[in-house]
Amino acid sequence: MSPADRFARLPDLLSCDADLQRRGRWVTVDCRVDVGEQPFFLGLENGALAAFERGTRLMRSSAFTIRADEEAWAQHWQAMPAPGWHDLFALTKRGAASMEGDFRPLLQHLQFFKDLLALPRRLAMES
Amino acid sequence: MAPTLDPMVGRYLRLEIDGVDHRIYFEEAGPKEGGGIPLVCLHTAGADNRQYRHLLADPEITSRFRVLAFDMPWHGKSTPPDGWEKTEYRLTTASYTAAIRAFCRAMELDKPVVMGCSIGGRIVLNLAIAHAAEFRALIALEAADFQQPWYDTAWLHRPDVHGGEVCAALVSGLIAPQSPPVNRHETLWMYMQGGPGVFKGDLYFYRVDGDLREKVKSIDTKVCPLYLLTGEYDFSCTAEDTLRTAVQIPGVEVQIMKHVGHFPMSEHPAKFREYILPVLQKIS
Repeated sequence: MSPADRFARLPDLLSCDADLQRRGRWVTVDCRVDVGEQPFFLGLENGALAAFERGTRLMRSSAFTIRADEEAWAQHWQAMPAPGWHDLFALTKRGAASMEGDFRPLLQHLQFFKDLLALPRRLAMES
Repeated sequence: MAPTLDPMVGRYLRLEIDGVDHRIYFEEAGPKEGGGIPLVCLHTAGADNRQYRHLLADPEITSRFRVLAFDMPWHGKSTPPDGWEKTEYRLTTASYTAAIRAFCRAMELDKPVVMGCSIGGRIVLNLAIAHAAEFRALIALEAADFQQPWYDTAWLHRPDVHGGEVCAALVSGLIAPQSPPVNRHETLWMYMQGGPGVFKGDLYFYRVDGDLREKVKSIDTKVCPLYLLTGEYDFSCTAEDTLRTAVQIPGVEVQIMKHVGHFPMSEHPAKFREYILPVLQKIS
């Protein structure tokens, strides 16, 4: 399964995580996550994914974007990621990921977003 | 049934630091008399002495060492100095060094060992540079002469972002994935409890004032032995940062800890014990 295909499972992974949804109950924001060349548009409402679209959307606005190359996500989603690949900021520090846009909603709910973006790790644990 | 009590005892110490009155909270365990070697433990930025509670409760350590862990001014149960509301807290190399030396002096410690983590590790390097003869040995955890910043500290203290939660969320990635969840979340809880702007003020020392590049070359380990230990999952102070620092210091002992991150003593006490016991054995 490609990293983008794994990220496409995010709605299922989040719906199975009642604790993460509880912790995200104040999160309502549109944001974008790029897995390699594949953009994903996330519409979060009260911690749930009200919208989740894969692929280019012309002129779609989002509060912030998080980008990483395929290798970075693949490493990040290992069941036990290696040092330097295990955290979003470890990825940005090594230059394998970037963040841009309005950082306020991201920083207001930082643990939620870090945990959300790490959810595909569970697919590696299952296999 | 008798109460189940942890062995450490907490007290408040009145002392002057740079001519300013302070009331400092500390905990200690181990023998005061009969050869207990004083071991002073320094917590990380934005945290407090609870990070060392496992060390303070380890009889294999407290049988030989008098372990003392104090909350830095502004941290934990140490109150800020009178008039704090009119100032912005900023830790500097000078103020941090003064606080440690004042604590050791006020407690009448005879050539203590000092072990610090993160900013505590950085200041231990400064103790080795400037005051080595006062100490029996120095242990710097997650320490280097300089580290590349990885976020903007302006986000740590502003009204529209919860300071405690953003501090904890940022540092959560510095904990190794192998660390037990209970210890991980206890470590983060301490970050959630820091005073407003305190973590940010500590990082002024770390990022702006405490650059020890070039200065570490003057460390003489014959005057005072120096040990560097860094967790492989620490991407703030990386293994490369510590190793780069170590090659500049003849006689230093350096170790990279597997399956450990930036908070070895609190995020994975059992694993840290495997690394620190041999060091303490050498010192004693």
